[in-house]
Amino acid sequence: MSRVATTFEQLRSRRRSALVAYVTAGDPQPDVTLPLMHAMVDAGVDIIELGVPFSDPMADGPVIQAASERALRHGVSLAAVLGMVRAFRAKNTTTPVVLMGYLNPIEVMGYGQFASAAAEAGVDAALTVDLPPEESRELLHHLDAHGIDPIFLLAPTSSAERMARICSVARGFVYYVSVKGVTGSASLDVAAVAGKVKQIRALTGLPIGVGFGIKDADSAARIAEIADAVIVGSALVKLVGESADQTDQIPARVAALLSAMRQAMDAPAMRGDTRLSR
Amino acid sequence: MSKPKPSATPSYGDMPDERGHFGPYGGMFVAETLMDPLEELRQAYQHYRNDPDFQATLDADLAHFVGRPSPLYHAERWSKVLGGAQIYLKREDLNHTGAHKINNTVGQALLAQYMGKKRIIAETGAGQHGVASATVAARMGMDCVVYMGEEDIRRQAINVYRMRLLGAKVVAVTSGSRTLKDALNEAMRDWVTNVDDTFYIIGTVAGPHPYPAMVRDFQAVIGREARAQLFERCGRLPDALVACVGGGSNAMGLFYPFLNDAGVALYGVEAAGDGLISGRHAAPLCAGRPGVLHGNRTYLMEDAQGQIIETHSISAGLDYPGVGPEHAWLKDCGRAKYAAITDDEALQAFHALTRIEGIMPALESSHALAYAAKLAPEMDNEQIMIVNLSGRGDKDIHTVAALEGIEV
Repeated sequence: MSRVATTFEQLRSRRRSALVAYVTAGDPQPDVTLPLMHAMVDAGVDIIELGVPFSDPMADGPVIQAASERALRHGVSLAAVLGMVRAFRAKNTTTPVVLMGYLNPIEVMGYGQFASAAAEAGVDAALTVDLPPEESRELLHHLDAHGIDPIFLLAPTSSAERMARICSVARGFVYYVSVKGVTGSASLDVAAVAGKVKQIRALTGLPIGVGFGIKDADSAARIAEIADAVIVGSALVKLVGESADQTDQIPARVAALLSAMRQAMDAPAMRGDTRLSR
Repeated sequence: MSKPKPSATPSYGDMPDERGHFGPYGGMFVAETLMDPLEELRQAYQHYRNDPDFQATLDADLAHFVGRPSPLYHAERWSKVLGGAQIYLKREDLNHTGAHKINNTVGQALLAQYMGKKRIIAETGAGQHGVASATVAARMGMDCVVYMGEEDIRRQAINVYRMRLLGAKVVAVTSGSRTLKDALNEAMRDWVTNVDDTFYIIGTVAGPHPYPAMVRDFQAVIGREARAQLFERCGRLPDALVACVGGGSNAMGLFYPFLNDAGVALYGVEAAGDGLISGRHAAPLCAGRPGVLHGNRTYLMEDAQGQIIETHSISAGLDYPGVGPEHAWLKDCGRAKYAAITDDEALQAFHALTRIEGIMPALESSHALAYAAKLAPEMDNEQIMIVNLSGRGDKDIHTVAALEGIEV
């Protein structure tokens, strides 16, 4: 069983939702990322999403754009990001790592080369933001050959027909984008998200993650009641950016927010019985 | 001399496929949130392009608001100086707002209105597409927001003021290289956030499907007119077409109705900036390689890791690291040839046309003219070349003056 599937299986038996945390690799400088990844796991993160910096992050808001720019100033390439995952795996063989980024760096490396190098480094899944299922056949073939799960987004604008098609090619988990907008945008409407999650449940047995707009412990706890995974990104990257001139403080500051989210998500009063109990 | 056939729907131009592919190029490479809105746009466009009411309104707008048809002007003196082919200029510089951009914004704004959208957004580099968008928005009474790189706002202050006079809100983009590509990213971010009531008018034949085909179709009025005008004047097809290529909309507009005419050579001219060898240029077709940016697969200017790199051209309208996917395909299949012209060569052509024909071309169009000046002497004086004079040079006077050390 893959690390992603194992992680969700274990959480399911403990009746908990996964905390999925995103940081941009190499932000604000490459040597921060490895200790940060370990600190995130220690703070209760179940799955790490590692952003691959790109010069034109069209689907990201200002916070993650700035993170990409900081990392690119240090020349952080896709190959360098894979090196960080390899280093992480020297100490951690259980926490799944999802690469999140844009297609062009993967095109340049080559699909086959990317899939094999990512698998070798210990990557478990890949979310390519600007690659909808319609364009993904060739990359999926290579990812599949190397046991890497393709993660796809579902959006508030996705028709029922599209959602069904996406769920049929997705592996690992599906990622519901809770708001119309870019990463780090306005607050989410939990009731509306709950309705969509219910709709997606009818289409797939895969775990459902919800991201975009989760900023604090309270919103994390409310999403944990309806989804299998709570995905937080910009709120963490914002902390990284604010600490860019005190990089040694970054792991502790990010861990503090994640611990608060973890506690709120796991607090008995906040836990409903609807999760993961289909 | 072969007898010209009347303009036909080009089978060569049976592109793109249903999902927007021109061979391996084009497509829809966007985040999921935009996939259904793009499908809605595709369906609306498919519907209205065949709707007689829509077409009649568009034709009337092109005639009475834009000022079409634009003349096809025989540049006799310049042709004689160059000593080769007879050069005809398609006078898109005479359109309302001074460039070909308005052909597309009139079409897309009308589509926005038919689709019930209340707000239009656009990206702009030099400001020409922004002005053309602000112009149609003013006329239709729609809200308009134009995204423009902070660096371009500084360089193009007059166009910024022009857009504001027209009632548009100009938003400075401070991310990335603060130029056109970043403005496009920011417009996409706006669209994804306000997708219910907003129509995004992309200014060139790039972006996700259906934009490359839709913008081409709106600009194809250039080629259709040129074809009919030359037929009427000379009773024949041209031997060559020359147009500058940034994103490539004026070139696609001129080329498209001639794609099936094998005897008509097509030349697209990119910006070589300081020279292709210098690396400071904006010539992805001549010196880049295929990749994915802004929703489509095409030739790009990128580094070895796949990051998009900054471009350079004297002409802001050609200063873009990608190019429309149909051009990428026409290059690969050999139907069109692509060359690059340096800043210096373009400037020479700017002065030549100004002094010899009394027509001041945009610096973008000057790239096409400079290439025409190289090509014409190799052709005999019975042969005919059409150059797309895509815009007028008034907007560039400050740039030209500054290069010559003159303060205006």
